[in-house]
This record gives sequence, C-alpha cells and structure tokens, in this order.
Amino acid sequence: MAVVPKFVGERIKRREDPRLISGTATYVDDVRLPGTLAAVVLRSPYPHARINSIDVAAARSAPGVAAVLTGADLKDKVGGIPCVAPAEHIPFHPLLAQGKVRFVGESVAVVVASDAYKAQDAANLIEVDYDPLDAVSDPEKALADGAPILHEEFGNNLVTRALVPNPAVDEAIAKADKVIKFRIVNQRLAPVPMEPRGVLADWHQASGHLTVWTSTQIPHLLRSALAAVLGLPENRVRVIAPEVGGGFGAKLNFYREEALVGYLSRMLGKPVKWIERRRENLATTTHGRDQITYLEVPVKNDGTVLGIKAKFICDMGAYLQLLTPAIPGFSGLMMTGCYKIPATSFEQVMVFTNKMATDAYRGAGRPEAAYIAERTMDMVALELGLDPVEVRRRNFIPKDAFPYATCAGLVYDSGDYNTALNKALEIVDYPKIRAEQAEALKHGRYVGIGVASYVEICGIGPSVMLPPKVPGWESATVRMEPDSRVTVLTGISPHGQGQETTFAQMAADAFGIDIDDVAVVHGDTAIVQYGVGTFGSRGLSVGGAALMMSVSKVQDKLKKIASTMMEAPPDQLTFANRTVALKSDATKSIPLQAVVDAAYGWKMPIPGMEPGLDATSVFEPTGCTFPFGTHISVVEVDPDTGVVKFLRYVAVDDCGNIISPLLVAGQVHGGIAQGIAQALYEEVVYDENGQLVTATLMDYAAPRAQMLPRYELAHTVTPSPLNPMGVKGVGEAGTIGSTPCVVNAVMDALKPLGVRHIDMPLRPEKLWRAIRDAKKA
Amino acid sequence: MRVNLTVNGQARSDEVEPRLLLVHYLRDVAGLTGTHVGCESTLCGACTVLLDGKAVKSCTVLAAQADGASVTTVEGLAKDGKFHPIQDGFWEEHGLQCGYCTPGMMMAAVDLLSRTTNPSEDEIRHALEGNLCRCTGYQHIIKAVQYAAEKMRAAAGR
Repeated sequence: MAVVPKFVGERIKRREDPRLISGTATYVDDVRLPGTLAAVVLRSPYPHARINSIDVAAARSAPGVAAVLTGADLKDKVGGIPCVAPAEHIPFHPLLAQGKVRFVGESVAVVVASDAYKAQDAANLIEVDYDPLDAVSDPEKALADGAPILHEEFGNNLVTRALVPNPAVDEAIAKADKVIKFRIVNQRLAPVPMEPRGVLADWHQASGHLTVWTSTQIPHLLRSALAAVLGLPENRVRVIAPEVGGGFGAKLNFYREEALVGYLSRMLGKPVKWIERRRENLATTTHGRDQITYLEVPVKNDGTVLGIKAKFICDMGAYLQLLTPAIPGFSGLMMTGCYKIPATSFEQVMVFTNKMATDAYRGAGRPEAAYIAERTMDMVALELGLDPVEVRRRNFIPKDAFPYATCAGLVYDSGDYNTALNKALEIVDYPKIRAEQAEALKHGRYVGIGVASYVEICGIGPSVMLPPKVPGWESATVRMEPDSRVTVLTGISPHGQGQETTFAQMAADAFGIDIDDVAVVHGDTAIVQYGVGTFGSRGLSVGGAALMMSVSKVQDKLKKIASTMMEAPPDQLTFANRTVALKSDATKSIPLQAVVDAAYGWKMPIPGMEPGLDATSVFEPTGCTFPFGTHISVVEVDPDTGVVKFLRYVAVDDCGNIISPLLVAGQVHGGIAQGIAQALYEEVVYDENGQLVTATLMDYAAPRAQMLPRYELAHTVTPSPLNPMGVKGVGEAGTIGSTPCVVNAVMDALKPLGVRHIDMPLRPEKLWRAIRDAKKA
Repeated sequence: MRVNLTVNGQARSDEVEPRLLLVHYLRDVAGLTGTHVGCESTLCGACTVLLDGKAVKSCTVLAAQADGASVTTVEGLAKDGKFHPIQDGFWEEHGLQCGYCTPGMMMAAVDLLSRTTNPSEDEIRHALEGNLCRCTGYQHIIKAVQYAAEKMRAAAGR
C-alpha cells in the first residue's frame, strides 16, 4: 500500500506557482472577450476646483469612440461609493465628479473606445473649465477657522471625533515620577501592489446578467456593493477575482471604476475594460496610515509605564472609502502593545483634506499602534537612562496572565513575550553587539541597535466588532468528489498568500490523501458560497477554521458509512493512506474509494442517508488572535551622507502553530520589507496646495533589492486557543514589527549626538541634516 | 507599418501603429499575456523581456524599434515541456507570491546569468534593481537566482 506523507508543517512548494512562473496565469488584463471596449478616465489635475463646464463634443466624435460620460450624465442614475464604517459626516461619493473636484486624480469623465490608445486620444480632446479653489492638505490645519471646506454641507472638515476617555490616565499623570511628551507621525503611504487595479465588465442583455472581473480581495462583498450601486439583484451579478497581483489592503475596497465599468457595459451592451495606470494607482488607489499622534506617557523612575494618553489627528482624504474611518480605531485600541499598562485614553479627530482617501494598508492601524508603543518604550528608556530591553521586560504582560484583558477592552488570546524577546537577543548576542557598538563609536562610527516587541490583532471577530457589511466570519465548502478527490471552495480570496497550498495541506492530511488530490477554488461568486475575503491576516485563522469545520462534517459522514461496512464504531476510525482504518490497528481498513462509492449511493449501506459528500460551514470567531514577536535590527548611519546601512536584521515571530514554514517565511520577509520601507524610504507627498508630488515610482520610493537587508528568521510557538489549528495569522506581522525596530535602531545610532526623535521616513537627507545640526549644537 | 520579428523562436509579421509599445504588441497582437505592465515608465520591470538576448523594459520600447529583432518572453523560457532553471528556482525557493513581477524578474535574472555564471548576492541584488517586487522582500528571489545559477553551472559541467 502506498504511504501518503503528511503535509501540514512541512516545506511544501506552492501549488499556485506553475501557472505563475510559466506566464499562463490570468490577471484581469489577461482576460480576453471578443469586442471588448477600453475605458480611460479623465482626472482632475487640481486638488480642489469648481467645474464650470465640460466640453466633450470633440471627444464624442473622435475615431473609435463609443461613449463619453461626465458626472452630469450619471446624476441620479447610479448610487455612490459606500463607506460602511460609522462616521458623523459621510459625504456622497460619486462615480464621476459632480460640479466640484476635491483631490488630484478625482475622476471627471470617462471615455470608452475601441482600444485604450483611441480612448486616451479622445480623452485628450475633452475641455474642462475649472475654477481652482484653495485647498487644504495639512490635516492639522483642516479644522482651523477659514480652512477651505471640502464638503460645504457639513460646514467644516470634520469626519468624526472618537473619544475613549479614562480619568485614571489623568490620575496617573498627576502622580507619575515623570511625564514624557512627544509627537510622532505615521506618514501617508501608498500600498503599490505590482498589479494596479483593473476591471472588466460584461453585461448579458438577454439574461440580465453582469459578470465583472476585478482585481479585488473581496469578491463577495464587492458583489453586494456593486449590485446595490447599479440597482441589480445580487443573483444577477457575478464577480470574479481572477489572479490578483497583490493587494495589501488597497483592494479591500470598492472603487468608482468598478461601478463605472459595470454601468458602461450595461449601457453599451458590450464588454468594457479599464486598466489602471501606475500614475492613477498612486493618485487614486487608497493610501494608508497618515496619523499624527500627541502622546503623554506617565512613568515611574524604574521604567514602569503607568498610562498612555493620546490624541490622534487622522487624515481621511477627500472622500470616505469602504472602511476609511474604521482604521484609526485599531491604532487607539492596540497602542499599549505587549505591555501591562493600567490606564489609557485617546481622542481621535478624523478630518477631510484634499487628498486621496486613506483606508486599510498592510496592518491597518496596528503598525501605527506598534510604532506608538515601541517608540514609547525607547523614549522611556532614553529619558530615564535605562536599557530599552529592560524597559520592555519591566512592562511586559506576563506569560501567566493570558487570556489578558487590556484596559482598552480587548482580550489577548495567548502570548509569551519574554521568550520571543530572549530568543531574538540570543540570536544577535545582545551584550556582544552592545560592546561592538561602543567600540565603533570610539572610531566615529554610528551603529545603532533597535528592538521592537510587537503584538497585533488578527482574525478579527466576532462580527459585532466590525461594520455590518464587512463581517468577521468566513465560509468554506468541502466536497469529496466521486473519485475520492477533494474540492475546497473557500470564501477567502487569496492573492499571493498561498492558501491553494496551505488549505490543500490541511485537507490532504485530514483525509489521508495526497496533496495533489485536493483542489482549492476561490474568487468566483458564481462558484463559491458567499464569503468575506482576504485581509487582516484572517485567511488561515478564520478561513482555515471554516475549512476544518467542513472537513470534519465530511469525515463524520465517511466514518458513519465506513463503520457499517467495517462493523466498528465511527469514533474508532481514522483516515490514512487513502483508506479508512481502525485507529488501533491500521491493517484493518477499507479503501477510501469504497466508502465514497457508498456515499454517492451506488450502494448506500445506511438506509435513508442523504447521498453525497459535501458540507458547507461558516466559522464565526469568538475572539481575535494576537500574534507577537520581537524584531532586532543593527544599523550603521554614515554621518557624512545620512545613509542607513543594515548590519543585521533578526525577526522572531510567533504566529502560533505553523502549517507551511516556507510560506510563513515569505509572508514575514515581505512584511518586513514594507515596514522597513515606511521607516526609511516611502512617503506619499502632497505639497501645501494639495498637489501630489509622488505620482510616479521615480518619486515614490518603493524599495528595490539593494535597499533591503538579509533577514534572519526564527519563531516561538504559542498556539491560539481560538481555532482548531492553533494558528494566529502572519500576513501583517512583519510590517508591524519592523517599522519601529528600524526607527529605534537609527535613533539609537544617533543617540550620542543628542538626537531624540526624527519623523519617518528616515531618508539620508533628513538624517544628514539632523546630524549636521546636532554637531553644530 | 509592418514589423517583422521573432518571438520565442517564431517568425511573425504584423501591421501595427507606429506608436504601439512592444509590451502591447506582445500582449495584444502576439497574444502573449505573460509579460505584465506595471508602471508604463521603465521603473518597475514587470514588462522585462529579452530583446536580442538583452533584458529590456518592453513598456518603453516601440514595437517598431524591435523590427528585425528576436524577442524572448516568459512563455519562451520552458523548453520541451521542462521549466528553465530560473523557473525551477523561483518555484523551489518560493521566489514569488502574487506572481505579477515574476515574469519580468525571471527575464532580468536570465540576462544576469547569461553574463555571469556564479553571481554573488550583491551582484544579484544589483542586477535586479530595475525590477520591483512588493511581496517577497527579495530574499527568496535571490535564493531562486542562486538556485538557477547552480543548476545551470552543473548542467554546463562547470
């Protein structure tokens, strides 16, 4: 008998890869339908302007043009783009500007033509008469008297104000040995998935069906939103997320163009495709972060942190996308990090500015929180003359305190922060590198060591924690086919994460079959039961839990049938090597195929049992998982150039049990890269008039291979009690740990010069200036 | 205008607009959608192909400029149903996640390996600096190139 190996926990090459490395994968722009028309969007060059008139006559009569639409053509014919998160002021968010533009890149008109070249030619012929208005790009000025108002109906630029007061913080401030005050900025970032957005819509007139291929992380949620905006029944709309070239939160959304292209296909009765260009991507795909935080931290002289009082100013941009005002909440809730801090309070002021909307970007609120917590720990160490490692140890939530209820009201599932910290310290040999640092300084070399112990929140649920249209549950169907191979339909929508592999590993082990005997299907609302999608590191911890629920339902049915065939109780049976076998004696077995034959009714042994072998389940988490870890980086800052060079980068992450070590490494690497990018390189820059400065990849510094270090990874394993696999999620961990780790290292390097804090990104020019100024003083 | 070129070993002759970009020619005329467009401005490298054996960004080459040339795309890497060592390397070392940058990244790596058989990590990072990857943080890509280099050296008996 062939022995089928175990797959969970092993280094398994991805099942997704053959199509991707052969160039035969199908991304949206690779879908070819006969007669497809191309759409090009004309966008505002102004951050804030009144539209007096739009002359589309020349465009309409240009060669190959099928349609030209402006905001006036759509008025009252389609809905607006929804924001499902609560806010005091939610403006109407049109598909094309209605009388006014509010950010650079806002869609003003759309041209549909026989190909994209002709559509662009025609778009160039549209004359828009704008009256430029004053713009506001600084969120701290948005609420000032006399600031230009984006949405006149609200009378000011306030989106919403969130207040989580706690008088205990003020008491702590009053009795503290010292109160440390500082301001830090989580700058605006662009997610930059390598595949920009893209949409293809195909209206079928006779059946009244709309099929939409779109580069999204949430095909089902998008179907609901799209049907509502276009006024179509949901069962007549099919959304397909084909191969998706990265999302990072930017595709956890519903965009103007998705609705626009659907509308145009229906209007023209032809397939219409719109493919985003990189300039559009940088200007009109959601940005992330953009929070300014004022902190007051009462401490005791021994480094004990007694509280954190925070005021956030959060830049929401000009309109609200799906979850825009929901993101900052996670920063407030998670800003105490891994620490037993008895009192916190925060106020968040969210404002409109003449910029693209912010929304989820890898980590979504938690990188900001970890940055606050970990810069706070280093500030405390600096102010009190303590070692940053000691300050962390003094404040850690102890291992025996889990499940731990934070003062912000979250319950951390499990954790062992000190062990992860110790492991990272061991790997870098902390005493040795501190000695080397001191030695280097004697020779005028500025070496810095940065430590960040992070905790984050994943697999967010139960659903009441989230806005109603973006729930926390996930679905999965498991079907054992008549040939005893397994099809998994999952409601998540992976776009690089690799669940076609990890879910196959799990299902294969559960049924004692080969991984090649499992097919994982996702991303098509006509095939897959309603689901939620891939974001917030939830794929495995929530989607995988739903998978295992369905797996065990199918297992139960197989065991029940096999038990009559083997005359053994079902609970004595197990699956191995394509057989159903006795747990106690594997030689007593029957072929899995024989049981499947019976289940499909060829010769059903249990009268009255429903034939077939499939089960659909929904997993509603009872709580969130909290992955954690410690990252340590060693850097050297060149005082003559301000360039930061990495000497070491060590990451110890705890994501609970590991299903696929190779894929976990990939997630951590990519996460660290994006976190380092925030620390050192990237920033979406709008000038003071609201003009977008970083509109190309020449100006927006997404890091290249030479700009990043070699990562040294290790893990501790603290299973989560909240799902059957004991997993926590790993998609965002790297991003969350790495940003403060690197900033702390650079600040540590510059500590001998008296530099206390520099806001990110720590680009050479900024560091060079700080070093020059410090030396002058 | 008419262009004559060889794509993945096959001679083609097509009528194109003079302004047609090579990447659009490959994708829309030749039907080879494995080459991706990531920035239309030479900055991301997703569209990298080999033009007469040298890596170029096909989003900033006109189809007309490729007249008379030989172009190799990702679809031309595998031979006789077997993956090229660089493809094996990316698969083996988890050198890709979303896969969008991968074809261009592999073509840039093939160009490097045609010039040097045993590149150092620094040389690989330098050679790939024109190609952006947002998923992997590059480390597994570097291992993938090293894997391919080793296989290619072994195959060449070096």
